[in-house]
Amino acid sequence: MSRVGAVIVAIAVLAAVVGPLLVPFDPAVQELALRLEGPSMVHWFGLDELGRDILARVLAGARISLLVGVVVVSTSGAIGVCLGAVAGYYGGAVDEVISRAIDILMAFPGLLLAIALVAVLGPSLTNVVFALALIGWVGYARLVRGQVLRAREFEFVQAARALGAATPRILVHHIIPTALPAVTVQATLGLGGAILAEAALSFLGLGVQPPTPSWGTMLNGGRLHLLDAPHLTIFPGLAIALLVLGFNFLGDGLRDALDPVTKQETGRA
Amino acid sequence: MLRFLARRVALTIPVLMGVATLVFSLIHLIPGDPAQAMLGEAASPQDVAELRTRLGLDRPLLEQYGTFLKDVVRGDLGQSIRTSRPVAAMILERMPATIELAAAAMLVAIVMALPLGIMAAVWRGTALDHGAMTLALLGVSIPNFWLGPLLALIFAVELGWLPVSGRGTLANLVLPALSLGAALSAILARMTRATLLEELREQYVVAARARGASRARALLRHAFRNSLVPIVTLLGLQLGALLTGAVITETIFSWPGIGRLLIQSIGFRDYPLVQGCILLIAVTYVAVNLATDLVYGLIDPRIRYE
Repeated sequence: MSRVGAVIVAIAVLAAVVGPLLVPFDPAVQELALRLEGPSMVHWFGLDELGRDILARVLAGARISLLVGVVVVSTSGAIGVCLGAVAGYYGGAVDEVISRAIDILMAFPGLLLAIALVAVLGPSLTNVVFALALIGWVGYARLVRGQVLRAREFEFVQAARALGAATPRILVHHIIPTALPAVTVQATLGLGGAILAEAALSFLGLGVQPPTPSWGTMLNGGRLHLLDAPHLTIFPGLAIALLVLGFNFLGDGLRDALDPVTKQETGRA
Repeated sequence: MLRFLARRVALTIPVLMGVATLVFSLIHLIPGDPAQAMLGEAASPQDVAELRTRLGLDRPLLEQYGTFLKDVVRGDLGQSIRTSRPVAAMILERMPATIELAAAAMLVAIVMALPLGIMAAVWRGTALDHGAMTLALLGVSIPNFWLGPLLALIFAVELGWLPVSGRGTLANLVLPALSLGAALSAILARMTRATLLEELREQYVVAARARGASRARALLRHAFRNSLVPIVTLLGLQLGALLTGAVITETIFSWPGIGRLLIQSIGFRDYPLVQGCILLIAVTYVAVNLATDLVYGLIDPRIRYE
């Protein structure tokens, strides 16, 4: 399954990078006379409510989705890993403050805080990335904190400490690497989550603003034409589902590969 | 047991305080003057000043915070800018619709997920298992804001079996509940399979089989009953996802719940109403998590002594 996931993600990345160069239509150019036209040999995915080529817009939307996913995951991952490692290693008051912040942010269900933040900051791609990174770091911090609590008692860590290694060096060279496999799995699944969240916010009118092509915005526009032009809804939705499925397959596969128990079972089966 | 209860409830208080603080600070994150942002650029300076006074924004921040906390504890969430009605009353009116939708979605998830998870565990490693788990992963990956319109297109538009929007009859509930429950169903099926596989490895299941219990009896009477604890816990913890999902599902199907109220209030820049909706959903989530923890502690004594 992880191979299927890797193939889907690779195709999506390729489509996002070179796709817009291969499609002979500009995602912003309107052909009002042909608005809502269904899929044809010329326009494979048809045209939208303003006569724009849906394939060109789906490919341009892929760039935004992947960009959001990568920026959100790398930002929230970096913040979460640092704070989780510091909390787990130092313990005491530092751990208390970071852990309470994690508890409070985790008290908000999923997207809700992102919706609230974007609602007050104003709808834009930058604010979506900021909001998703702000809620995203807690998952990494909690994961890394748990791993560090365990790792700081390892003999090689105590040996490094006894040899006089400085705390930042112990954290970066000895402790954090033990958490990296779990962080990699979380980041892979997080990419799918961030893409889904951005699309949801854009669907609600809180994310990427028209005319910039985004899968969520395209779905929102398609909702009004569900009866007369369902292709407006079908193609961007399919793109989101496939890409998120790809990341989920990949994340699941990585988790199984890195978990000795599951790996053994899969080997037996 | 009482110590466990007291400790768990005491741990919730700082979280609730943090939630309230975060919700309070939302209005202060608005770029520029919050009162101006709510009324729009065309509003007169007098109107803006009046709103600022009405919301207490002209008072020192600490005083505003104290008043906010006091009012929240008394159940006073302020007044809607648009309708001038109490926010708490507006939310309470919408609450039954959201509870109805969340309950129906949970029911849909349970009905679909448990058989799928059990079958996948029993026939582990077979095509059925792979098929069921691929279906579950698909369920997690398909966004409900795509699944909803697709279901409406097929069952309401093409087949004409169900209404596309509104609330009132059981038929109205089917599509929103399916759309909202699909992702939870997928997560639940995966969890059921995983916990059941773990239980099937336990000695008591092997012993039951050795005593002559059939495979089905060992599975359903012994292993499945014990795997119910983590499943019930997951259901409690997933309520938050359901409440957030409801924001989208209610918008798609014009379902008159709190989620739709939240999105409408964002559109009207009715920030007291936005704050009220966010606070209520977060507090409900915390309360359900607490209840889940307490029930878990009641069922499993090991949790109480940790």
